[in-house]
Formats: sequence, structure tokens, C-alpha cells
Amino acid sequence: MIQVNHLSKTFRVARRNAGVKNSVKAFFHKEYESVKALDDISFHIAKGEMVGYIGPNGAGKSSTVKILSGILYPDPGSQCLVQGRVPWKNRKEHVREIGVVFGQRSQLWWDLPVIDSFELLRDIYGVSPQAYRNRLEELTTLLHLEELLRTPTRQLSLGQRMRCELAASLLHSPPILMLDEPTIGLDAVSKLAVREFINKENQEHQTTVILTTHDMQDIEALAKRILLIGRGRILLDSDFAELKKQQTAEGGGSLDELVASLYRKFSICS
Amino acid sequence: MKLYWHYVRLQFAAAMEYKTSFVLVCLGQFLVSFNGFLGVYFLFSRFHSVKGWSYEEILLCFGIVLLQYSLAECFARGFDGFAGILGNGQFDRILLRPRSTILQVLGTRMEFTRIGRMVQAVVMFVYGLSRCRVEWTLGKGLVLALMLLCGSFVFAGLFLIYAALCFFTTEGLEFMNIFTDGAREYGRYPIDVFGKRILRFCTFVVPYALIQYYPLRFVLDRGARWYYGLLPLLSLLFLLPCYGLYCLGRRHYRSTGS
Amino acid sequence: MKTIRTYASFFRVRFLMGLQYRAAALAGVATQFAWGFLELAAYHAFYAEQPENFPMGFSELSSYVWLQQAFLALFMVWMLENEIFEKIIDGGVAYELCRPISLYAMWFSRSVANRLSRAILRCLPILAAAFFLPEPYGIRLPERPLTLLLFAVSMVLALLAVVAFCMIIYLLTFFTMSPLGLRILFVSFVELFSGAIVPFPFLPEPVRTVFELLPFGSMQNVPLRAYSGNLAGAALARAMLLQAFWVLVLIGGGWLLSRRAIRRTVLNGG
Repeated sequence: MIQVNHLSKTFRVARRNAGVKNSVKAFFHKEYESVKALDDISFHIAKGEMVGYIGPNGAGKSSTVKILSGILYPDPGSQCLVQGRVPWKNRKEHVREIGVVFGQRSQLWWDLPVIDSFELLRDIYGVSPQAYRNRLEELTTLLHLEELLRTPTRQLSLGQRMRCELAASLLHSPPILMLDEPTIGLDAVSKLAVREFINKENQEHQTTVILTTHDMQDIEALAKRILLIGRGRILLDSDFAELKKQQTAEGGGSLDELVASLYRKFSICS
Repeated sequence: MKLYWHYVRLQFAAAMEYKTSFVLVCLGQFLVSFNGFLGVYFLFSRFHSVKGWSYEEILLCFGIVLLQYSLAECFARGFDGFAGILGNGQFDRILLRPRSTILQVLGTRMEFTRIGRMVQAVVMFVYGLSRCRVEWTLGKGLVLALMLLCGSFVFAGLFLIYAALCFFTTEGLEFMNIFTDGAREYGRYPIDVFGKRILRFCTFVVPYALIQYYPLRFVLDRGARWYYGLLPLLSLLFLLPCYGLYCLGRRHYRSTGS
Repeated sequence: MKTIRTYASFFRVRFLMGLQYRAAALAGVATQFAWGFLELAAYHAFYAEQPENFPMGFSELSSYVWLQQAFLALFMVWMLENEIFEKIIDGGVAYELCRPISLYAMWFSRSVANRLSRAILRCLPILAAAFFLPEPYGIRLPERPLTLLLFAVSMVLALLAVVAFCMIIYLLTFFTMSPLGLRILFVSFVELFSGAIVPFPFLPEPVRTVFELLPFGSMQNVPLRAYSGNLAGAALARAMLLQAFWVLVLIGGGWLLSRRAIRRTVLNGG
């Protein structure tokens, strides 16, 4: 389903020290430095799997997700196949097959009722009227959207908006769903609703889910397997239940402590 | 095309959510370009002509360029906010959709308030047309239409270049103003007013003269060669390098933070 | 004293920011140079046709245009600070009210600093280039040092008038629902009335006298004409007195307005 081999991504960053003198110096001459955001990453994900992708800020999570979704071009030599396609080469065909939710960004039109955004998405993805009607009905029931659809986005609470965002990303029934911090800033009830929905979607449609988050309860509720990334490398690829068992054997503790101990173990504290 | 109309409808609905603001901005747009007109008016209250072009002919030229520009701006304004689209991650979302990125960028913003400017342009255009003593033929009418259409495309191409450059750097793009705003402001005069060298630049590098000076000479019977009326079509070639630059920039895209 | 220190630190930060963006500074210089060049080329076409109808010497016009481009950042009302508008609209102004310095003084000094730092970076290359252009298209030093001094004084007065007027635009935002509309209306009026579109000598008679008496006539019109000697002697003295008068009126009016605006914010709870 998803095959990633030797994936690398290098960014060029300008460097400058503080102070007036250095500012003036940089005005005439800028120094650049190459930073490896991703350094030879490989992993495979099978159909219907739910994978949690964790790591500290700046570890390379977003870069991976962005390459997998065709937004970024990786360094030459990287190999990556999603459903037999190279994401950055066949962008239009590829993105039909994926749905992406960014927890901190909205894809809905701020001033217009949610349903208007949905209908635009229907046209963008070229979903047939029949399929659209069925899918909308299904999502509306699962996410309890009945009353929200006619409300302008700007009047929705964060939790209500996230439910609408999820529906928007899934209107075209993609077999792969990528979630980037989907529960950030949500209250307890909304978090539970989002998790429950993602589980159902996975069970009923065999949707493959890739989830990046800092919320370990998301991982516990959703992911069977976790990938730990730090300093651009995959450090751990393991079964989540396995890890927990190990932790209990070593004396237990909360989920956050589990992650913190992993970060310490690989010394990737940011 | 159907999708584009969908964008137009939504944008219009969104603009109507803020009616007072819409009306005031339209009015403001009108005033801004009215200032341009007053500039010409005051100058021509002192001088009778410039490089042999009369007041009416200048108004016609001004009206045409302003119309070309506002048409382009009305529909291709999305590119103007392109630095913002790249900065806030909206471009990520655009790349996630199975449609042309250019089409979607166009859909992000449409400035219907430019109607204010367009009204001004149409008034000058009509006034200029009616006061220039010209024998109208079907051919001349067609050339005028061609000028408006191709001119809007040339301006849209310039907006596209601006967007393409945003991929590489977001600072220092101010110089593009010379080619967009500058062309709008100074395009009120037929380009030969600025001298031979600028005319040459505007013929072979950025084809302003092809959508303004040459076909205008054809329309106004000012010693034009037979093919001057067709030159606007040639200006469309300008879109090729614009698009090429955009594709190059797209490859260069590096999304923001998280 | 406190105000001066605040002002100095604003200036420092702004100046450093300006240095950061060297490409922006270079592009700004190039743009303004091209703009001035086109402006002069257009006027020259009129001049070539009927020199006897030209209301000022061509070299006077050249120095008017080059100074206008070089000090654009000082005189253009449209260079408003978006940050201030945003603060007023999203309620961030509450933070500003907590600072131990009056709102009016703070924004005023901030605007002055902002304009000065931009102008300093950009004026020198433009002026230097303009000095090397041949007569009558370039700019020359005035014959008498006194002219230069008067030019400098009237420039300060003009800057104060411009900033004081911008303050009134910011403060009116407190009372309106459509800051964008308000802004564009004001800006387009001032463009015309201040001589940014056509230098005053080109205006027909009754219009010109009225424009000179309005507060906007005390902005760029006075210093730009004083430099070339187009405005000199008693006429210049009168114009500068009028400048001082309008600066006082605009600052006084703005200050009163700021008190009302603050009372309104406090009462309405932001």
C-alpha cells in the first residue's frame, strides 16, 4: 500500500547571529547551511493499518507526511510508492486517493455555510451526485453534522469545526487518510468523538490511517503500531501493545512518561 | 470551467457577507482610478497633445489599459495574495486536490470590488470612443475586443510571474510593481510617449506595446501597417515563459513549518 | 524621556528588520527609481511638445520627482501599518493599554520610527543615482545652504503632519465596522490633495489655492518644492507656518480622538 525506501529531504537555511554588526554583515553576504530534515527513511504500511507517527517537534514528521501526500519533492534518489504511484510525479491521480486533515488549519470557507464548502469539494474531486449524497448522509450521521451544515464556518466551535474538517477530507472516500494532530485544542468530548469516528471509518472501509500527534491518548485509542522519528531518522518501529507491556514490566507509568523515556533513550529531546 | 464558476459563485457569496465594506471598497477603487483620470485632466488643461495624441485618444488608451488590468485583477487576483497562500499553508491544501493548482489559486480570491475601477474604465473608454473622429468598421471593433482580451491575459501572465517568484523568495518582489501597477499607471499614455528604447522593451520583452500602442494606431488610423491589429494575438506568446517559470517554482516549493 | 527611549528602541528594531530584508531594500530602490524615470519621461513628452506651457522649470520638476521617490516612505499616507489595524480589530489593543505609556505617543513614535528607518535605507541609493543623471533630469544641491536647512525643517513638519493624519485613520477604526473601506477612501483622497499625483504647480488656479490651504497641502508639497527653490522667500515662510499650524491641529485632534477611543474600548470591554 505505502512503500518508502531511502527517503531523504534537505533544506537550505540562512544563518545569522544577533546584533547590528552581524545584521549589516548579513546584508552583504548571507551564509547558508544544509539541514537534513529526513535522512534515509524506509518503512512499509499495509492496507487497513493504523499507524501512529511520533517524534519531538522538528523531527521530520510533517516533512514525511507532506512528501507522502505529494506536497513536497524529496531529494533525488528517494523512492516512495503509494498504491503503486509516486506521489510527487502523478500528483492529480495520487491525491484523489488520499484525505488529509491538518488539525491547525482549516479547509472550509470561513464566511460561508459548511455545505457550500462541501459542494465545492464535490466538484473539485468530481464525485458523482449519487455517491456524494450517500457519502454525505453517512458522514452526517456518524459525525452528527445535521445542524452544522447550514452554519457559516466562523460561527462553529473548534470541536464542531474539526468534525466538519474530517467530513470534508473524506467526502471523496479516499482509501488513505493522513491526520496531522487532529485533536489539538479540542475538549474531551470532541476528542472522543473524533477518535471513535476514525476507528469506525477504518473498520467499515478498511481505510489506512497515518496519524501524527503529540497526544498519546490518540495513539493509544487509534494506533496499533508506532513509528518513532528523531533527527530525520526512524528510530523505532514497534507494536504499541508490546511497548506498553514492556513499560508495565519496568514499573509502569503514564503514557506521556512512556514517550518521554523513549525520547531520552534515543536522546532526541528537543 | 464549471469548477471555476463554482469558485466565482462562492467568492461572490462570501463578499456579500460584508456589504458595507464591499460598497466602501468599490467606492475607494473608483476614487483611486479617478485620481489617475484627474491627473490626465489637469495636464491636458495646460497642454493640447502629447506626441501628437489628443486628450480623447489618451482617454481611450487609458480606458483600455485600465479595463485590461481590472479584468485581469478581478479574476486573477488570487496570485496577488500568493505569498500569503504559501506562508499560511493554504498551498499545501491546494496541492492535495486533484485539480490544476493555477485554477485553484485563482479561486482563492476574486476582487469584485474592482467593479469600481471598471466603471471608471468603461466611462473613459466610451467617452474616448465617441469623441475620437474615427470611421468604425467591423475590423476595428474586433481589434478593440482583441486588445481587451489579450491585454487581460498579458496582465494575468505578469501576476503569474509574480506568483512563480514567490516560490523562490518572498522578499524583494516589490519590483514586480513596475510591471503591474506601473504598466497600469503609465500605460495611460501610448508607449511611444516614453521614447524609442522603452517602446522597444515593451515590444520584445514584456509585450505591453502589442496590446496598446500598435493596435491603437490601427484603430485610430495613425499610419498603421496592416498587421498591427493582429499583434495582440502575438502577445499571448508571453504566457508561455510565465507558465514555465511557474512550473519551475512549483518544483522548488518547500512547505512551511508544521 | 521615556517616550524618546521607546522611540529609539522601536527605531532600532525596525532598522534591524529592514536590514534583514536586503533583497526587499534593493528591489524597493529599483522600483522607485524606475517609477521616477517613467514619471519624468512622461512629463518630458509634454515638455517637448509645448515648453512654454510648463509651469515650473524642468530641473525643478526633476528634483521634485526624485525627492518624492527617495523619501516615499516618509510622505505616503498609504503606507499604513497593518499591525496596528489588526490590534484594534482583534482586541489586541488591550495589551497596549496595559503599557505604562500613552497609546497615542506609542503609536505615533512607532509610525515615525517605521517610516524613518525605511526611508533611510532607501533614499541614499536613489539620490546618489539621481545626482549622476544629466541636466535637467537629475537632481543638484541647492545653491544656498539655507535652502537645504529650510528643506530639512519643512520635511520634518511634513512627516509629523503625515503621521498625525495616519493616527486619525487608525483611531477612526475604533468607531467603524469597515476599516478597509475607510482606509481606501481616506488614502485615495489624500493622494490627490497632497500632490502625490500631480505637483501643485500643474493644477489650474482656484483648485491650486484651495489644495495649498488644506492640511494635505502641508505634506510633501512644501519640502519637495522648497528644495529646488520653486517655493522660496515669503511664500515658503507662509507655507511652513501653515505646516506648523496643521501639525498642531492634527496632533491635537488625534489626541482627543484617542481619549474617546480608549474610553469606548474600556466601556465596551474591547
